[in-house]
Amino acid sequence: MSEPIIYELGAAGRRGAALPALDVPTAALPDEESLRNELPLPEVSEVDVMRHYVRLSQLNYGVDIGMYPLGSCTMKYNPKMNEDAARLAGFSHVHPYQPAETVQGSLALMYGLQEALKAISGFCGVSLQPAAGAHGEFTGILMIRAYHLARGDAHRDIVLIPDSAHGTNPATTSMAGLTMVELKSDGRGNVDLDDLKAHLSNRTAGMMLTNPNTLGLFDEHVLEISELVHQAGGLMYGDGANLNAIMGIAKPAELGFDVMHYNLHKTFSTPHGGGGPGSGPVGASEALVDFVPGPVAVRADAEGPYSLVMPSQSIGRVKAFYGHFGVIVRAYAYICMLGAEGLRQASEIAVLNANYLQSILKEVLPLPYDRTCMHEFVLRGQIEGAPDVHALDISKRLIDYGVHPPTNYFPLIVPEALMIEPTETESKRSLDHFAQAMVGIVQEARTAPELLHEAPHHAPIRRLDEVRAARQLVLRWQPNAQD
Amino acid sequence: MASNINQDCLYSQSHEWVRVEGDTAYAGITDYAQSQLSDIVYVELPEVGTTYAQGDNFAVVESVKAASDCYLSLSGEIIEVNEALESEPELVNSDPYGKGWFVRLAIADASEIEGLMSPSDYAEFVAKAEEEGGH
Amino acid sequence: MSYVPHTDSDVSEMLARIGVSDLQELFTAVPAAVRFPAIDLAAPRSELDVMQELKALAAQNAALDSTPSFLGAGAYHHWVPSVVNHVLLRSEFYTAYTPYQPEISQGTLQAIFEYQTMICDLTAMEVSNASHYDGATAMAEAVIMSLSAGRGRRNRVVLSGSVHPEYRQTVHTYTQGMDVVFVGEDRPGATAKELGALVDDSTACLILQSPDFFGRIVDLRGLAEAAHAHKALLVVASNPIALGMLKPAGEMGADIVLGDGQPLGNSLSFGGPHLGFFATRQELVRRMAGRLVGETVDADGKRGYVLTLSTREQHIRRDKATSNICTNQGLNALAAAVYLATLGKQGLRQVAELCYHRAHYAAAAIDALDAYHVDQSAPFFHEFVVSCPRPASEINAALWDRHGIIGGYALGSAYPGMERQMLICVTEMNSRAQIDGLVSALQEVAK
Repeated sequence: MSEPIIYELGAAGRRGAALPALDVPTAALPDEESLRNELPLPEVSEVDVMRHYVRLSQLNYGVDIGMYPLGSCTMKYNPKMNEDAARLAGFSHVHPYQPAETVQGSLALMYGLQEALKAISGFCGVSLQPAAGAHGEFTGILMIRAYHLARGDAHRDIVLIPDSAHGTNPATTSMAGLTMVELKSDGRGNVDLDDLKAHLSNRTAGMMLTNPNTLGLFDEHVLEISELVHQAGGLMYGDGANLNAIMGIAKPAELGFDVMHYNLHKTFSTPHGGGGPGSGPVGASEALVDFVPGPVAVRADAEGPYSLVMPSQSIGRVKAFYGHFGVIVRAYAYICMLGAEGLRQASEIAVLNANYLQSILKEVLPLPYDRTCMHEFVLRGQIEGAPDVHALDISKRLIDYGVHPPTNYFPLIVPEALMIEPTETESKRSLDHFAQAMVGIVQEARTAPELLHEAPHHAPIRRLDEVRAARQLVLRWQPNAQD
Repeated sequence: MASNINQDCLYSQSHEWVRVEGDTAYAGITDYAQSQLSDIVYVELPEVGTTYAQGDNFAVVESVKAASDCYLSLSGEIIEVNEALESEPELVNSDPYGKGWFVRLAIADASEIEGLMSPSDYAEFVAKAEEEGGH
Repeated sequence: MSYVPHTDSDVSEMLARIGVSDLQELFTAVPAAVRFPAIDLAAPRSELDVMQELKALAAQNAALDSTPSFLGAGAYHHWVPSVVNHVLLRSEFYTAYTPYQPEISQGTLQAIFEYQTMICDLTAMEVSNASHYDGATAMAEAVIMSLSAGRGRRNRVVLSGSVHPEYRQTVHTYTQGMDVVFVGEDRPGATAKELGALVDDSTACLILQSPDFFGRIVDLRGLAEAAHAHKALLVVASNPIALGMLKPAGEMGADIVLGDGQPLGNSLSFGGPHLGFFATRQELVRRMAGRLVGETVDADGKRGYVLTLSTREQHIRRDKATSNICTNQGLNALAAAVYLATLGKQGLRQVAELCYHRAHYAAAAIDALDAYHVDQSAPFFHEFVVSCPRPASEINAALWDRHGIIGGYALGSAYPGMERQMLICVTEMNSRAQIDGLVSALQEVAK
């Protein structure tokens, strides 16, 4: 049976919370015109609320249940201590406009994370303000735009983006009022250098590069790419989505990037929350450090108090207040626990785990770019002898084996893509379970393809009609709308 | 599966059709185009009165997983849009050359008609596309 | 402390399977000159050590659970029922990703669907998205959506100067690469009617906030007509707690109603993460950014939920997407929904009334002080402007140093010329005793 909508559980007059009695004289209300009549919210008890949401939670799959090899999402384990830390009253009950002397702990923590992110990446400055990866991307491209404008180079309006890029890259470029030009990938999954050279010009504002890229491959020509873009007067934007592969392995600033966003919710273990909150700080090279959004935490000297300042040529603020502080606390705690040594180990093991799985799975499914991968790899979900089976069917069948499916149909340059990112927190036993499930499913595809087409069989619900959802839009519950 | 090609229409390489009726023409997307998109869930149509040049993006057609721009094969002003598609976008799937038409336009330059593909040319073009795209 | 589970023998076995001799060999694609740099960070530490450091940092802050405060100005200290946090700690919710696989994400999807419903009910609008980063970014998205609804032919935005300054700054940051002209901000005192008169045929939208940044309830009557006469959209930012008693902008003909949802069950957390709620009319839904959950059925005809209308989004539309947004503020929206469900129809109204009456009690008492004056020319909800006998920043410093009270928001920092004005906020967290304490402290620090 499906869980009722919370409104359906209610009854007129039922309450879930009691509030203090009014202890001051009542004031005159504003005129009738300004007051509302109906407030059609649920009327449920606290027990109803708790049971409803616990039952809903049981319909979900999370990292705490099992492996979640969703490529490009870095679904690593979320340490529990971080949850406790973010909930300390001294962090959670603090107003953003409190006087600086009453929030020195928050500012010290922000400063500490800024410094740690600089150390990991080699950048000169960091702003913690962007709220998510895509937000950090938008921030970075606005910084590049502002840099060119400040130099009188308003004609630089083209951003080069490889065809393997995440969709946010082109969307970001449009939002910033710039034009994107797509670059081809070569046979090894690197950016095609000739195509890059052919597109560089005095209109080049910059290039957006994810490295390792979305194929899970480290672009072997990254230094040459950065040099070519810089020679043409452009700047390098690094999409930090895949930073989990290179902590202590390479510093993005030393690879030639001028600005990069970090995904605290991927690399630094903060929970994804069913789709947020994330956090997407940006790091900047010397050329761009004054353009970062603000305010940022600063300290006049090693002993002095912390304060917030707006960088001199800042693009402005990209949201209210200072960033997702609650997420920042978690990331800071994680970095403190791992230290330099632990971060490098996390990257090494993330890469080990991916290569281990790749070595097993390339024997049963096509691997379009057969190279040592980084933290993830992309297979083609095409099975010889099972022409009607698609990547999506394989994914849905994985659910029956108790594993979350990989990312499907991305990157776009690999048809029927299955993008697998195990992360470093999966044990060998868990990787072996996943590999066995995949091998088993490939067998089933040949012998009993209907098992895949109809999958999942052991989930709370069967495949959903997405066409109906899009054609007959029902975007909210309405009383008596059920037929 | 071979695509249905309407003998009264003229075609573009981006899989739109036009059916010329005097000074005006109906336009839509072909059976091949709708089958590539699968279940169509929405068609964004232009406003009546908008003028387009040949090759301009005049509509967007969406399935659950894809959105495609549609290009006008002839220059002209939109004089009518198919309002039925708003509530029944699936008409594009079921009857692409009939009830699934997109717009009617006032033709601005009749000489452009000559450059369009005939039904037989388009049939050949689609056969080739199907061969290449088939995997 | 590391979270890697491998033993040394696991690692050796795996390396052997891959066919490399050591971990370093996996990284030969990285140019040797920049490979394996040193990271200047402290050595790994235990959970115990790190937690002690964090507790020490937290202890350096004045936490509002134990410090009286009258700060609002866009972030509000409200009571959060315990049940909210207990739901948030269900790790099936917080350790899940965006619900791309609906068969194993029905919990998240249904919770968002219910959230969308509650936001529609609260704002009296037809559709709500799954949330934005915060109120400021929601407003920026409203501007972009209005430009898109104007099909690129309208580039003027009428923006009230009494909209939260940080929202306006965010809107300007977002639109710096777009060709947009803003009018209206230079006069924060302008009436709604005067702003409405600025709308013309090139205007994409008219944006106001009610209650506005100064706490005033704005008379929205006639504004929708003023905007619609020129085919512009009316965008209204609202405080969600105020909607517990005040008429929602949806009933006044607004096209987009948005705001910061933090007051709904989310902690202040030094300014984030919060959430931005965003609701609009059905006919504009395809121009709206952000994730959206819709109801459908599964292969057996059973009711279920999926992400829908994703063709608006970056992973499909790439450079033509409505926005580059990938996610919502999932957990924050969940907190808002649990809060609204728990408080419910009666509870939310009661919170709003507590805020309203206590704020009016405080305003009257402060206005009765000789040295202070409260601007009561317009009706207000739970924030009001106090004119002080000396700069508000000095008053605040004295309130903190001498009385341990965190005062209001010193308006001079955002509005030059208003150095002596302070914006005071009173919520259900400020008891009568606390208010009385503030009033006597204000009197004492007047000189």
